[in-house]
Amino acid sequence: MTDTTLPQAGPLDVHAALDDQSPVSSKIAKKTTSRTGQIVVWIIAAFWTIPTLGLFVSSFRPEREIKTTGWWEFFASPDVTMTNYRDVLATEIGGEPISTYFWNSIRITLPGAIIPIIIAAFAAYAFSWMTFKGRDWMFVAVVGLMVVPLQMCLIPLLKWISSDAWYSPVQGGIGAVWLAHAIFAMPLAIFLLKNFIGGLPREVIEAARVDGASHMTIFTRIVLPLSVPALASIGIFQFLWVWNDLLVAKVFAGSPDNQPMTKVMVDMVGSRGNDWQLLTAGAFIMMIIPLIVFLSLQRYFVRGLLAGSVKG
Amino acid sequence: MSTVQMRNLQKRYENGFEAVPGLDLEIHDGEFLVLVGPSGCGKSTVLRMVAGLEDISGGELLIDDVVVNSMGPQQRDIAMVFQSYALYPNMTVAANIGFAMKLRKTDKAEIAAKVAEVAELLELTAVLDRKPGQLSGGQRQRVAMGRAIVRNPKLFLMDEPLSNLDAKLRVQTRAEISKLQRRLGVTTMYVTHDQIEAMTMGDRVAVLRAGVLMQCASPSELYDSPENLFVAQFIGSPSMNVVRGSVAVGDDDTIELKFGGQSIQLTGESAARLKGLRSYDGREVAVGIRSETIGGDGTASIEVGVDLVEMLGSELLVHCTVDAPSVRAVDTGVELSDRVDSTIIASVDPRHPVKAGERVRLGVDTLRLHTFDLVTGDSIGRTQ
Amino acid sequence: MNGEHSRFDSWGNSMGALLQTLLIVVVGIGGFLGVIWLLYWLASQLPEPWRERARVAVFVGPALALLFGGLIVPSLRTAQLSFYKGPQPDQWYGLGNYRDLFGSEDNLLVLRNNIWWVILVTTFSVIIGIIIARFADNMRGEPIAKALIFLPTAISMVGAGIIWRFVYANNPSSQFGLLNWVWTGLDPVLPGKQDAQYWLQDNTFFGIESSFLPGLNTIFMVIVVIWIQAGFATVVISAAMKGVPDDLVEAAKIDGATDRQAFFRIVLPYIKTTIITVATTITIAVLKIFDIVQAMTAGLNDSNVLANDMYTKSFTQGLPGYGAALAVILFIAVIPVVFINARNQKQLRES
Repeated sequence: MTDTTLPQAGPLDVHAALDDQSPVSSKIAKKTTSRTGQIVVWIIAAFWTIPTLGLFVSSFRPEREIKTTGWWEFFASPDVTMTNYRDVLATEIGGEPISTYFWNSIRITLPGAIIPIIIAAFAAYAFSWMTFKGRDWMFVAVVGLMVVPLQMCLIPLLKWISSDAWYSPVQGGIGAVWLAHAIFAMPLAIFLLKNFIGGLPREVIEAARVDGASHMTIFTRIVLPLSVPALASIGIFQFLWVWNDLLVAKVFAGSPDNQPMTKVMVDMVGSRGNDWQLLTAGAFIMMIIPLIVFLSLQRYFVRGLLAGSVKG
Repeated sequence: MSTVQMRNLQKRYENGFEAVPGLDLEIHDGEFLVLVGPSGCGKSTVLRMVAGLEDISGGELLIDDVVVNSMGPQQRDIAMVFQSYALYPNMTVAANIGFAMKLRKTDKAEIAAKVAEVAELLELTAVLDRKPGQLSGGQRQRVAMGRAIVRNPKLFLMDEPLSNLDAKLRVQTRAEISKLQRRLGVTTMYVTHDQIEAMTMGDRVAVLRAGVLMQCASPSELYDSPENLFVAQFIGSPSMNVVRGSVAVGDDDTIELKFGGQSIQLTGESAARLKGLRSYDGREVAVGIRSETIGGDGTASIEVGVDLVEMLGSELLVHCTVDAPSVRAVDTGVELSDRVDSTIIASVDPRHPVKAGERVRLGVDTLRLHTFDLVTGDSIGRTQ
Repeated sequence: MNGEHSRFDSWGNSMGALLQTLLIVVVGIGGFLGVIWLLYWLASQLPEPWRERARVAVFVGPALALLFGGLIVPSLRTAQLSFYKGPQPDQWYGLGNYRDLFGSEDNLLVLRNNIWWVILVTTFSVIIGIIIARFADNMRGEPIAKALIFLPTAISMVGAGIIWRFVYANNPSSQFGLLNWVWTGLDPVLPGKQDAQYWLQDNTFFGIESSFLPGLNTIFMVIVVIWIQAGFATVVISAAMKGVPDDLVEAAKIDGATDRQAFFRIVLPYIKTTIITVATTITIAVLKIFDIVQAMTAGLNDSNVLANDMYTKSFTQGLPGYGAALAVILFIAVIPVVFINARNQKQLRES
């Protein structure tokens, strides 16, 4: 977005923070980055990379070799196979092959990330640009709810969502997981989006009203397009959160065939903890989607992280 | 083609602040009315009430003789140009201009034709496919104008539309807007804090102070016959010199104005012009002298000490000290200085041989003097 | 999908799964949008002033309903539940659950672990963040080094648990676990005998049995979470550090400060609020730590934590009252941290 009329979402130039190509070089460091300092950084970076590398390499090694030699010996005698991946996808846990749980993760994550953001965007718009009684204290209350840990809600919420009473909205299953994620995402998402949407120039919204636009038109034609950076940041954040979540799925997904990858990988650690050829490949299948999302949209993710860290 | 009437229009905020205590103002069909005043005087609030962006707390607002108090902006058939232009950053110039028509479900071909026509008029044809972020300040301003005129609204509302332009472009655009408005003949309400803009553009100018209308008249009338001290000092640059003086009514139809050691005799026509002063015999008043009426061949003269001379080319601004306290109009009324002397500015012929440090006698045109009541600030003229 | 033809996930089969997934996603999101649009349309049919009110309700209503029904009511219900015995409802227990919690040594261990988790993860993540932010600044390869450290942020706790279980693995016949391979490899170098260990089962603090100190298994899980959180700390602290005005540091240097002094006396104080923000954010996340324990030790060998205990007590052991009490404790623990963070944010805005 090159428009000068738009406010930035985050308080800091985040992209510069991550991959600093920016010409604004800080002289502090230029003079002080010592050789020892650099060595320390690279040692830490190596330490941070080796465990993942080990898993990655091992997932391509034949079972026999994984179980008899260290993964680092791969580099001495490379022997690559895809068997582990084929095997793990077909491995049955709880009566279903792992591939089912991979699809479950997608089924849970996409609506679980998108629905709450739409709801929060509507609310953020109302808190910013509609006038109604009690608007300000309601928003304060919403922000205040960020304090509540989701553990506080699990037991009664589960009873409510999964009961078969008339007031139960989804009666268990994947819908219950969507609903739970939507609930837990709400306070932070509303807070962040209100900051952004409320920061859009007032005159632009008013110009649209003078042009004859209704609230829904302003929301869909003006506010949503202008909020793409904020929506993307929060969307990626929520996507990773839902995909990587274990607790909410465990509590709300109900029957085993609705469970996502995370749950089934934990089960596999328990039941087949020494089958490293399956665990390594399985873990990688589970991690690949968030890694792709993360690497391709890192800029938005960092922005969300910085904006999010403005408020716990 | 439309008219606007404000009848005792009021704006009160929830915290009790009265931005506009009650405004009566009429805009005639096809008229260019400028609403001017210092910042915070409530002029934008009035405009926004007319636009429907601000709730009306009391009184009535009529557009074309219909009360529109409870109508939203979209129902009033108005167009507005904002100070920041408020262009939709996510839409191209063409989409910006056509947005309102699109919302009214106008036929696509018709929108395109109308947008092209307006773009032609405003020289925007080349940039129709660009986004606002890629335009210069002047172009953005024209897009904002285009968005307003494309719809043939009943009413144009403009909120300081030139204040984000640089000085040169502002002068140029000022003239363009005036020409455009005359050509289209659309009733226009224009808000500004810049009195030069007000004077050059408006058919009539309404001067506002703290939400109260001080005077609404044509630019020349405002300048020559201000109804009160506030208007007198707000309109004109340099601002009108006003000092405190006293009135002595002579027996032979003459009136003497004394301030400090100076005395100005008013006789004949100039005395008749200010005959209201007769009831102020022996009392103090504020005496206003415009810069350009000092230093010519006046019928009276004052003696001043010259502090500073500013050469502007076409005129010479002489800053001088007179031995009388100044008077200034402020938001709450009239403020009297407690110093014994004050600075006045005379605008004289650039060939005048005056120098800083000198004491000189300067002529005063008594036919163009103004006097004001020291308490109310009202002009004292023929009546009273 | 059924079990018969799942030996090999055939092409047709995964296409079927893909289509089915797409259908669920589209129906889920589309259905939701449809409902909102329908409600808005209905609202628009009402006469004024009800139309405007109804439109407001369509915009904020769903969010407020979720918050009220999903957060407020359940929280109050949980607080109430913590005074009941369970699993049978309505068995009043007063403060019994809390007494059980603080009265038994096993349960206190859980609290002890959580405290150590918070102290260790927060401290080390922040310190590592500061070290990287300072030494990587303008270094050659800075983006790569930072990206490597930041990458684990995207990895789930479950994934991280598996990655590190592999590092900690103990296979006596041949050491393919990296840690044990290094450890046993050090045998000739270090004094004493370095045998391969089951690291995640060791509940002692380097051989010391103590009810105060954390077990080695907890420390090894803490390392995993530091591994995940340090990237976040690095990115945020680095962004703040780049925001320190050069003038300030140069002025200090002209006044005679060394690099080290300039860093500790000027740069660190300047970014203090950011560091507090990072620390409180990590603290809140760690207080609720759950997945990593599930994936690595399942809370065995004295390595349990509040959130995991809460889950097992509530959902597998049928003690919802006790689970609710644990949730309340967690809630109470979070409040002061949020309070510190809020005050810190206020200072940040004011400066």
